Amino acid sequence: MEPLKRVHSRTVVLPLSNVDTDQIIPARFLTTTTKEGLGRQLFADWRYRADGTPNPDFVLNRADARGCQVLVAGRNFGCGSSREHAPWALVDYGIRAVISTEIADIFRSNALKNGLLPITVDDATAAWLLDHPGAEVDIDLGAARLTLPTGTAVDVPIEAFARHCLMNGLDELGFLRSKLPDIERYEAARGA
Amino acid sequence: MTAHTLFEKVWRAHEVVPETPETPAVLYVDLHLIHEVTSPQAFSVLKSLGLPVRRPGRTLATMDHSTPTASEQVFGNVPIRVDAAAKQVRQLELNAADFGVELFGMRDARRGIVHVISPQLGATQPGMTIVCGDSHTSTHGAFGALAFGIGSTEVGHVFATQCLLQRKPRTFAVNVEGKLPPGVTAKDLILAIIGKVGVSGGTGHVFEYRGSTIRALSMDERMTICNMSIEAGARAGMVAPDEVTFEYLKDKPRAPQGAHWEAAVERWRGLVSDAGAAFDAAVDIDAARLEPMITYGTNPGMVVPISAPIPDIAGDAIYDKALGYMGFHRGDAMLGKPVNVVFIGSCTNGRLEDLQAAARVLKGRKVAPGVRLLIVPGSQQIKADAEAAGLAEIFKTAGADWRESGCSMCLGMNGDTVSAGQYAVSTSNRNFEGRQGVGARTLLASPLTAAASAVRGRITDPRELM
Repeated sequence: MEPLKRVHSRTVVLPLSNVDTDQIIPARFLTTTTKEGLGRQLFADWRYRADGTPNPDFVLNRADARGCQVLVAGRNFGCGSSREHAPWALVDYGIRAVISTEIADIFRSNALKNGLLPITVDDATAAWLLDHPGAEVDIDLGAARLTLPTGTAVDVPIEAFARHCLMNGLDELGFLRSKLPDIERYEAARGA
Repeated sequence: MTAHTLFEKVWRAHEVVPETPETPAVLYVDLHLIHEVTSPQAFSVLKSLGLPVRRPGRTLATMDHSTPTASEQVFGNVPIRVDAAAKQVRQLELNAADFGVELFGMRDARRGIVHVISPQLGATQPGMTIVCGDSHTSTHGAFGALAFGIGSTEVGHVFATQCLLQRKPRTFAVNVEGKLPPGVTAKDLILAIIGKVGVSGGTGHVFEYRGSTIRALSMDERMTICNMSIEAGARAGMVAPDEVTFEYLKDKPRAPQGAHWEAAVERWRGLVSDAGAAFDAAVDIDAARLEPMITYGTNPGMVVPISAPIPDIAGDAIYDKALGYMGFHRGDAMLGKPVNVVFIGSCTNGRLEDLQAAARVLKGRKVAPGVRLLIVPGSQQIKADAEAAGLAEIFKTAGADWRESGCSMCLGMNGDTVSAGQYAVSTSNRNFEGRQGVGARTLLASPLTAAASAVRGRITDPRELM
């Protein structure tokens, strides 16, 4: 994985709470056996009309959304199923960070393994971001800090180990495999 | 001595390496369940690294999401309708064979929804850690296991090491006291809990369901409760094992046998939260005051007692959007609303007791004209049991469509879908937009309410038909 240290981008704002993984990528697209190319199906039922043409009212279809790498959403983003297809679709589309006041547990874990930053912020910061679509924000992973175009900077908690892996382009499996001697000792002690 | 919660006891027993500020815990996984949807990418990682499945004996595979429920497709020569689904099923067969993983394939009598078959086999046991690339893995917590859903990358981690990197979650006591009134089921209770806690109230926590109401529930009912923990944001929900648990597991094919059984039960008896153990959060529910519950919106927290009107909430965009999607209005009565489709099944309510409940309502009655009632057992074993008990005959006589097992219309991956704009009363777990088909409108309820609504063709309080 490529090291990820900073995301600097304009935001696209989806001002809804409880955006579930069935919206991020509907179940009928989960019959794939790979993780590639899911960006086309991102938010499919909101992004496209019944005839398959883009829905001009959906935020990602507006001209100023093009190239935005930061998605700002209402609270409890990514709730629902464990499908990793959700972060795969977001990353394939070009999103590198999701900002909300609350991000669901499994989605957060999956996002961190795919170079997608799940950023939780306080209510006031979230309210400002929701009110200012297209704001140019800076996320500095090393400093664990989000800076708004107003100059306001807020600390954003990111789990220490996931941050270390993201910044150094490391795969968590490598670390886990380095613990195999401990795992073998554990199994031997339990008689497993 | 420090008092520990049930969760803490199971967690500590599986810590290979404890967490530090810099690194998560290495947590051992006793049982890894896999299915066709979330495993192929993980097998690909093993192939690319040249790694085996490290502990195939702790891995169990089945196919449930993409599989057809029509008998002629499962057992006959009629192909699976969706090419990609057929390919996914085939890929699991190849991967299971290549990596030496036990698979309950398409025509295996032990096949079924992953969260239904593992308990039935006795593979799910108290005190275990159980994971699966599926959020409803929380179901297995009904046995006092720590069971939670993971993503496909983590499925690969478990394949390669039999472990996961995890931060320790917080604990949340869900205290339920009182006797459930007649016609009010475990499904109504968990919907009420989600309504009270909210769809993200459990985020970062593991629930422990406690109290006299929980103790009085059967294992099928406890599984219904734990299954929907994730719908309140909790990754896992647990119930301390007791005589009900041991009775269920005794003589199951993969439960400990003979002298091992007695030793296991002795060990399992210690899997309770110690008196005075502290929880990070708690909620109290009075079960005696509950009614049958039904959802009106597009997440499981948008739920009301069946006789109540849709609440009038001002200034909430998701509420407005949900009512627009559902075609409902604030203050509408839920009772009497028309129904097009009824689905009885899923890992939430596809077990034998759920089918028995539906049969109590459907016996001697007919499905209302124009209503489609689809009944999908949670496993092939449950299908056989329901047929032996005469339930299938009751369903077919009533006009229901009785199918082979699978996830089916819970998420419509296999082609069992609800058409755009149609109203479906469903015993499944999610009423998200489009969950049961593009434009489908889902109302979550118990098997009793679902069956009663199928008979009347309208949202019906099941107590009127009992």
